[in-house]
This record gives sequence, structure tokens and C-alpha cells, in this order.
Amino acid sequence: MRWYTTSLGKKFIMGITGLLMVVFVLAHMLGNLSTFGGANGLNAYAEHLRVFPPGLWAFRGLMALAFVVHIITGVLLYLENRAARPVPYANKKNDRTTFSALTMVWTGILLGIFVLIHLLQFTLHAFNAEWAHLVDAMGRFDVFTMVSAGLSNPLWAAFYIGAVVVLLLHLLHGIQSFFQSLGLTNENTFCSINLGGKFVAFVLAVGFVLIPLTIFFGIVK
Amino acid sequence: MSGSAHGNMNLTLHVWRQKDAKDKGRLEQYEAKGISPDMSFLEMLDVVNEDLIKKGKDPIVFDHDCREGICGMCSQMINGIAHGPDTDITACQLHMRKFKDGDAIFIEPWRAKAFPVLKDLMVDRGALDRIIQSYGYTSAKTGGVPDGNAILISKENADLSMDAAACIGCGACVASCPNASAMLFVSAKVSHLGLLPQGEVEAARRVRAMVEAMDAEGFGNCTNHYECEATCPKGIKATFISRMNRELMKTIPCPPREVKAGGGA
Repeated sequence: MRWYTTSLGKKFIMGITGLLMVVFVLAHMLGNLSTFGGANGLNAYAEHLRVFPPGLWAFRGLMALAFVVHIITGVLLYLENRAARPVPYANKKNDRTTFSALTMVWTGILLGIFVLIHLLQFTLHAFNAEWAHLVDAMGRFDVFTMVSAGLSNPLWAAFYIGAVVVLLLHLLHGIQSFFQSLGLTNENTFCSINLGGKFVAFVLAVGFVLIPLTIFFGIVK
Repeated sequence: MSGSAHGNMNLTLHVWRQKDAKDKGRLEQYEAKGISPDMSFLEMLDVVNEDLIKKGKDPIVFDHDCREGICGMCSQMINGIAHGPDTDITACQLHMRKFKDGDAIFIEPWRAKAFPVLKDLMVDRGALDRIIQSYGYTSAKTGGVPDGNAILISKENADLSMDAAACIGCGACVASCPNASAMLFVSAKVSHLGLLPQGEVEAARRVRAMVEAMDAEGFGNCTNHYECEATCPKGIKATFISRMNRELMKTIPCPPREVKAGGGA
């Protein structure tokens, strides 16, 4: 028996790749808060990230791997789960589960699409080629001007706020699921882990949503 | 007899009728008249069946055996809830006083690929038996009855093991899981043996064999909805699933020697 082909093995894979991405998202959110330091804050932060290119690329590789494996395993699980009940109930009441738990595959797919658009916009400058040449007074790549230009547009601001709501839904179930799937819960910790996971999801959502809100309403200039 | 004259009820039943495993099946409507609130749910079905037999019709087939909540046979989805609208009970322990005059009641069989419907409300739960056969036992030679406390077991483990051993294999966890997953059942079986010294020796082989058998039956995967815990008639907690995940994970670095499924003593 190969553990990774079993139902439990796939849960481990979902949990570990999910955790990698949650840690990244947490770091990304904290890094984004440097926007509140104005152009100097965000541009200096962005410059630091690029100090050691091999490290940056190794990190990007790890994230891409986690992203792809998480999506493939998630879709496999979804298809297997659908096949496990070929005839649906005419009448079924749920008691414990939540909207966020029942929509994991859909919020996951939406987040996958969001990540691709987000990379196209701010990393590859696919929608505004001129952004690639932005330079600030200190000769650094001017991330702040780029982000301000993007998020001043109400449609892009709404798009990012919408994405944060989807992320919140995904993580409300996802973070506590990691602990359960990896066997890290017991009778005593189950409730606290469940609440803790939801708390972290809310903290992440608030941290992220502050950026488009403050830029759009001109609080951060 | 008027339904409400003596506190009795008249109910409308929507029951799943299916001739055999190949039949497509459909919900059919029946009237249950003069039902006493003191009856059990299965007694109410007995009354309906007597009426159907008198009319020369095919009675509703449903599984039942002990009718005291320990055999796990009465597998019925009642108004969308496994074993009906009460907690910690099986369908045979459900009383009609949980319903009121004029109610419509939907009765369906457990729905899962691994539980094919044989007729009406009766499903084949043999998949759970095959999982037990794969390693739901201990092959230690236990000899005669040991002296009390000859083998010391911590209170915590003894209690947890007994909690898990309460599983009657009714399949309500599978029926109520949005993914038709059997992980609460398998985790209870893995835990009740693995928590005791006699069963712990084979814990690694057991969890691997039972998970493999579970997957082979076509059950879904747990995605932590905890619907199983909500409807389990024996109140088995979803934290046993976490314990099973942990048991399997412990076997990954150093897998145990594989044994043939169904082997053992």
C-alpha cells in the first residue's frame, strides 16, 4: 500500500500543501501591511524580497508545487466523493457542516483563478506593460505606484475585496481541517483549534482587505 | 377511527420503493392513520404494512432486528436525518411523539455506492463487514480470562476505547456524510482495538489494512463536515477520525510488514 494513494493520504497532502499556502498568505499579508509605510515602506519591502534571487525562485517553485498538488488532489477528492453517492437524497438535512465546508471545491477553484489573474497583473504586468518600467526616486522598482494605480480602479478594488471574501470562506474551513486531517486534534483541543482556525482566517481577511480599501478611499497615498 | 380523537395522529409518508437492486426506485405516498404517539417508528411502519397486506399490496421492506438500539439494522433516513429527528438513538428507538398530527415524513434508504439498495429501505451493509474482516480484530493469543488489573490500562485509554467500541456499525455516519465516507466507523474500529495493550501490537498493520479495505469499497473521503458525529446513535466523536489519521501517519516512515487482508490468527 502506498500511503499517498489512500483516502487518508490524500487528506495529508491537502493539509500539508494547504498549510504551506496559508503560511505564505500570512507572510504575504504581513508584507502587504508595509503599504501603510507609504511608497518607501512598500518599495523597500519589495526590494528586500529580491535580494537573493535563488532563494526567491526556490520559494516560488515550492509555492507553485503546493498550488498544483493542492488543486489536483482537491479535484480528485471531489470527484471520488461525488461518485461515492450516485443517487442523491430527495430530502437531506445537515446539522454541523457549514456553507464554507460545503463550497470548498468552488472557493478553491475561484482562488486558483484569482492567483493566476493576480500574478498576471502585478508580477507579469500583463494588463499594463508600462508598469514594468516604474522606478522610484531611489532607483527601486516602484511597487507602490503600481499597486495604487491598480487599486484606484473601482473594478479592480472590488475584484480584490471579492477575492478576500472567497479566501475567508476557504480558510474558515481549511485551517481547522488541516489539524483534523493530520491527526493533530483530540477531545480537549478540537473546539479551540476550530475557533483558532476561524480567528486566523478572519485576521488574514481583515489584513488583506485593508489594502484595497485604504488605497481606493485615498487613505494611503 | 379519527386520528386525533385519542391523541393519535394521521401522517402522510413518502417512502422510497424499489423492487430490487436493478430497479430505479421512486418515492411513493402512503397514509398512516391512527398512529399512537407511544409507538416506535418501526411499529408505525408495521401498522402501515399490515394495512398494505390487507389491501393485497406489497409491504414496505425495511431492516430491523433487536429493536432496542444495539443491532444497527434499522437503517432509515427519516426526514433527511439518519435515524430521524432525535439524538443518540437508532430509528427503532425513535418515538412517534417526535411528530405531530398531519406531518409529512420522508423515509429513504441509506444512500452510498458502497451500500446498494436491495429492496425499498433495505440496503446491503456488507461493505462494513468486509472492512472488519480486513483487520478489525486482534490475533493475540489471550488464553483464559485474566485476573482483574493483571494488565494495567490507563483510565483515559480504557474510557476512550469503550467510547469507540460503542459503534454498532449501523452506517448512519456514511448515510449522513455529504461524501458518503465511512471514516467515523473505521476510526472507531481502529481506535477501540488500538487503544488497548492487546490490540496496540498490531495497530500499524490494522490501520493500513482497514483503510485499504475502506477505500476498496468505494466510500467517499472525509472532508471534516462532522455530520457523522451529529447523527451517530452512539455519540462517537469525530476526534476518532483524527486519531486514525495519526495512526496511519505514524506508519509512513517505517511501514509495517504487510499481511494478507483477512489473514491473522
